[in-house]
Amino acid sequence: MTVVLPVVGLLAIIGLWWLATIVFGIESFLVPSPVDVVSSFVELPGYLLEQSLVTLWETVLGFLLSIVVGVPLALMIVGSKVLERMFYPLLVALNAVPKVAIAPVFVVWFGFGIESKVLLIVLVCVFPVVISTASGMKSTPHELVELLRSLDATRRQEFFKLRFLYALPQVFVGLKVAISLAVIGAVIAEFIGARAGLGYVISQSGASADTSLAFAAMSLLAVMSIMLFYGLAYIERRALPWAEEHRGMT
Amino acid sequence: MISLRQVTKVFDGGAGAVHSLAGVDLEVGAHEFVAVIGRSGCGKSTLLRLIAGLLAPTEGRITVAGEPVTKPRRDVSFMFQRPALLPWRSVLSNVLLPVEIFGLDRREGRDRARLLLDLVGLGGFEERLPHELSGGMQQRVSLCRSLIQSPEVMLMDEPFSALDAMTRTELSEELQRVQMELPRTVVFVTHSIEEAVVLADRIVVLSPRPGRVHRVVDVTAPRPRALGRADLDQVSRDLRVLLSEVTG
Repeated sequence: MTVVLPVVGLLAIIGLWWLATIVFGIESFLVPSPVDVVSSFVELPGYLLEQSLVTLWETVLGFLLSIVVGVPLALMIVGSKVLERMFYPLLVALNAVPKVAIAPVFVVWFGFGIESKVLLIVLVCVFPVVISTASGMKSTPHELVELLRSLDATRRQEFFKLRFLYALPQVFVGLKVAISLAVIGAVIAEFIGARAGLGYVISQSGASADTSLAFAAMSLLAVMSIMLFYGLAYIERRALPWAEEHRGMT
Repeated sequence: MISLRQVTKVFDGGAGAVHSLAGVDLEVGAHEFVAVIGRSGCGKSTLLRLIAGLLAPTEGRITVAGEPVTKPRRDVSFMFQRPALLPWRSVLSNVLLPVEIFGLDRREGRDRARLLLDLVGLGGFEERLPHELSGGMQQRVSLCRSLIQSPEVMLMDEPFSALDAMTRTELSEELQRVQMELPRTVVFVTHSIEEAVVLADRIVVLSPRPGRVHRVVDVTAPRPRALGRADLDQVSRDLRVLLSEVTG
């Protein structure tokens, strides 16, 4: 049932959409029917797959890089009050800047290639990663800290055997936010200046009024985003089997 | 085994100093089971944390096995009000935590952990995660984790207070049995007269704010003890009177 109902819902919406394009006689350059979108796929399967892989690669790379940058940054902030006071407001300010506004600057700085895309994605993703990691690191229950103190554990042991592991479910909350933002970041970056990727396909098809192709690219983006999200959720369930039940407990 | 001389603890809070303990003298002999009882806020938990070396006294002197306490010792274990199990570790692995932290031999530790788990009736649960166990079972795991340190001294901070009444009675009797098999020096903080009477050789009644030793009561009834015996009832009544004196 968990699989059947969403599929039925999806099919119903597609059916309504199809019906609407026929009943209201909507031109396909305004709103293409599902058939038009599918035929766009069929016409250019190799091209669309290639563009999807470009976007996917940028997204995954940017996402991973934002973990590499974000987690140590969060640990530094949590570890030192001074660093927290120095950099936390900056981080908030950085996050407040609309990323669309930065994208053109990145193109100027880093060119039309993959670098500007990946860096924009990092910029979009790093904030949720930092925030969730930092709050996870601060969420260690007092009695567990006291337990390790009573065993005269070193700070290193306290970190690796307790605080970091305890933070992981929180970290994953941030990662799940970040992975969806990463796809959005990739598309924005490709809109502004790119020679490949699904975002590039969409902006090009807009210029040539090939709305079906744009819809096809959007559908692919949605599928990619969903797959990435659930892939991450799967990793979380496998890696932290204790997390869900434990959350219910405390 | 444990000696406290004129121990005073003052916490410097934001709203001024809080006098938690004032001039506490206490001697606990080897293998003696001492219960500390008093109303909430009488500094019982602070007293335990001072002996554990988790807190430092403002004044006075604390020694364990003749040595002044400066930091937590390996031969002193601490059991908390809540089980304090690491949620990602199996039962066995939780019991082994002290072995890992101390860098001791794991294989030998594993064998001992299994023996201890059998002792408290948790044989067969080694690979379960804490959330799969009831509160009483979790606290038993916590007891095993304390015991694997082979502690000379066990400090217990209201370890059964978060459990339901039936499980509490069960665990008190179990602890009594463990203590008869593996005698240790125990300081057991509680606010339950029944628990204190069943478990302790001596009961220290603390008066609150700041905590002072109000009275020490000896319990001489033979073991194993169970609630509802006439000689224990008399001690319980005496304690109830003593506790009502110190709440004024």
